[in-house]
Amino acid sequence: MYVAVKGGERAIENAHAWLAEERRGDTTIAELSVAQIREQLSLAVNRVMAEGSLYDPDLAALAIKQARGDLIEAIFLIRAYRTTLPRFGASEPVDTGAMACDRRISATFKDLPGGQILGPTFDYTHRLLDFKLAADGEVPEAPTQAAQTSEVPHVTGFLNREGLIEEALPDDTPPPDLTRAPLEMPADRALRLQALTRSDEGFTLGLAYSTQRGYARNHAFVGELRIGTVPVEMEIPELGFAIEIGEVTLTECETVNQFTGSKTEPPQFTRGYGLVFGQTERKAISMALVDRALRWEELGEENVGAPAQDAEFVLYHADNIQATGFLEHIKLPHYVDFQSELELVRKLRREAGADDAKEAAE
Amino acid sequence: MQADILTGGFADPAHQSAQAFRHVMEAMARPGTIHALAGAVPPAPLSPAAGALLLMLCDTETPLYLAGELDCEAVRAWIAFHTGAPLVAPGQALFAIGTWNALMPLSAYPIGTSDYPDRAATLIVECHHLTASGATLTGPGIEKTASLSLPDLRAFQDNHAQFPLGLDFFFTCGDRLAALPRSTEVR
Amino acid sequence: MKDTAQTENPRQIWMSLLARASEGRIAALLDAALDRPGFTWLRAPEIGSTMVRGRAGGTGAPFNLGEMTVTRCALTLESGEVGHAYIQGRRKADAEAAALIDALMQTEAADHIHARVLDPLAAEQAATRAARAGKAAATKVDFFTLVRGED
Repeated sequence: MYVAVKGGERAIENAHAWLAEERRGDTTIAELSVAQIREQLSLAVNRVMAEGSLYDPDLAALAIKQARGDLIEAIFLIRAYRTTLPRFGASEPVDTGAMACDRRISATFKDLPGGQILGPTFDYTHRLLDFKLAADGEVPEAPTQAAQTSEVPHVTGFLNREGLIEEALPDDTPPPDLTRAPLEMPADRALRLQALTRSDEGFTLGLAYSTQRGYARNHAFVGELRIGTVPVEMEIPELGFAIEIGEVTLTECETVNQFTGSKTEPPQFTRGYGLVFGQTERKAISMALVDRALRWEELGEENVGAPAQDAEFVLYHADNIQATGFLEHIKLPHYVDFQSELELVRKLRREAGADDAKEAAE
Repeated sequence: MQADILTGGFADPAHQSAQAFRHVMEAMARPGTIHALAGAVPPAPLSPAAGALLLMLCDTETPLYLAGELDCEAVRAWIAFHTGAPLVAPGQALFAIGTWNALMPLSAYPIGTSDYPDRAATLIVECHHLTASGATLTGPGIEKTASLSLPDLRAFQDNHAQFPLGLDFFFTCGDRLAALPRSTEVR
Repeated sequence: MKDTAQTENPRQIWMSLLARASEGRIAALLDAALDRPGFTWLRAPEIGSTMVRGRAGGTGAPFNLGEMTVTRCALTLESGEVGHAYIQGRRKADAEAAALIDALMQTEAADHIHARVLDPLAAEQAATRAARAGKAAATKVDFFTLVRGED
C-alpha cells in the first residue's frame, strides 16, 4: 500500500544543493566539459546510448556528467528524455554489409576477403596501468596506410554458399516495438533482439557466460565481429523517396554455432546475432550468445531449463531501468506496510507465547 | 511539390494543438455537445474541423483510412506532410475519416481486444449538418439526456452493445465538432 | 515504388550530404557563398527522433535497434521553391541552413551553391572517411604461414 507523506521540502532542497556541489567536486580542479566526456570517455557514452536506446553522443555525455558517472542513472536520464521526442518515423533497416569498418575480425576464418582489421582495440594491450596517462601527454598520431577499396562481405555469406549455415532470409514484416506496446510472451525474435540490444550489459554478459559454462551450451564461435559506421536512410513521406539522415556507429557480432540437426533440418551451423549502438563489443558478443540460446524452440532443440533459454526470465529482467526502479523503490517510505508487518509479528509472537517464555526466563 | 499542400497546418503548433485537444476532449467527455474547432486550413473536401482533428490526433504511428472522396491526391499529400500518418485499409486503421456512407461497413474496423480495448478505431464522420437534435443520448458524461443529429440509430446501438469494446466517433461539419464514445447509449 | 538513396536522384544525394555535415559547417559555407534569401516557414525546425532498424543476422527480418535524434524543417523561398531538411542531431540552425540550400538548389543559384557548398562538403566528408579508413588499413593483419620443414 502506498501512502502519501508530506514534509521534508527543505531537506530535499538542501540535499539537491549538496548533490550539485559533490558533483562538481573540488573547485580547484578544472571542470569537465560535455565535449571532453564525449571525446575521452566514449565507451561510457556508447554504453549510455545503447542502453538508453537513443543515439546522440552529446546527450549521453551530458547525462554522464549529470549522473556523476553513474551509468545506469545516466541511462535513466536518456530514457526519460527520449519519451519527450516526437517520432518522425522509422529508418530503412541499416545495411551492415556496407559498413565503413574500423574493426573487423573473424575467429573462424584466417584469410577472408576484406581482411582482418584490428581497429582501436584493447585486445593486445598489456593490462598494466599506464602511468604516462596520469601526466598530460601528447598522443602520437596513429599510422595510416592506403585504404582498401574492396568490399567487406559478411563471413556468414561464405558458409551460406555451401549451405553449411542456416540462412537469414530478408523479410519485410514491420517489427514489434516494445517502447510502444507492452512486452508480451511469446516474444518473436525481432522483439527479443530489441530487448537485448538495450539490455543491461552486465546482466547480458552474465547470461552469455552461463551458456559458455554449460547452461544451454551451444558452442559459439565469433564468425565475425565488426565495428564501424553505417548510413541511416529514412523514407520521407512528403518527398516520396528515402534520404540519408545521418550515420551511426554500430557493433555487430555474428556467431556460428554447432547444430546437430533435427527431424526437418540436416546438420548445419546456426547463428546468433548481436547489433548494438556504438563501439560496444562485449555487449554485442553477449547479445549474440543469448540470442542463440533463446532460439532453442525454433531450432527444435531441447530446453534444458537453463536461465538463458527462458525468454520470460531473460526479457523481463534484462532492462536495468525497470530493474533499478523496482529495486530502489524499496528504500522509499514504506512506513504503513512495515507497521502492519510489525503488528503481525507481535501478534504471532503473543499467540506463540514467546513473551511468556521470555518473562519466565527472567 | 506544391507549397499550398504544405500550408494550412497550425501556425503555432504548441498552443493551437493544446487548445484543439481541450475542445476535442470536452466533446468526447460530454457526448452530444457541439464545439468549434478552428485553426486548420486543409484542402477540400476535408472540413476545417476534420483537418484540425487530424493534425491533433495523427502522427507517423497512427494508421489512417481515407474513405471515399477524401482519398484524393490533395488530401493524401496534406496528411503526409502535416502528420506523416501511414494510409491503410480499414482493418488496420486506428483512425478513419469520410462521410457516413463512405465509411461503411462498420464491421471492417478494429474494435479492440479484451486485454486492450483501446486498440480500436476512432471514426471521423464528415456531416452535412450537425445539430443538437435527433437521437437521444444517455450515459457517462451526460447529466440527464442529450440530443445529436446522428446519421443512423441502429449502428450506434449495436456498437454500444459491444462495450467495453467498440468504435468511438467524431462528427465534423465545417468548423464544428461533436463526439459519441462507445459508452453512450443511443435511443 | 520506393527509391533508395543509391539511385541517381541528385536531390537525394545533396540532402544526404547535408544531413551528415558537421555542426555549423553548412551555415558557414552558405553564408560565404551568398546572402541568405528571404523565406517563410512551412514547418519551423523541430527536434524529434527516428527509430533505427537493423536486420536479424544482418540480412533477415527487421527489428528495432533504438532511436536517434533528428531535426527537421521546411520552408518556402519568396520565389516559391520549397526546401526540406532532415538532419541527424539536435541542430535547428543547421536544419534551417540545410533547408535553404535544398530550396536554392531548385533555383538559378544551383550551380553556384553546388560549387561553393556541396562540392566542399563532399570533399571534406570524403577526406574524413579516407583518414579513418587509412588508420583501419594500418591495423590490417598480414598473416603468413610458416613453412613446415620435412626434415
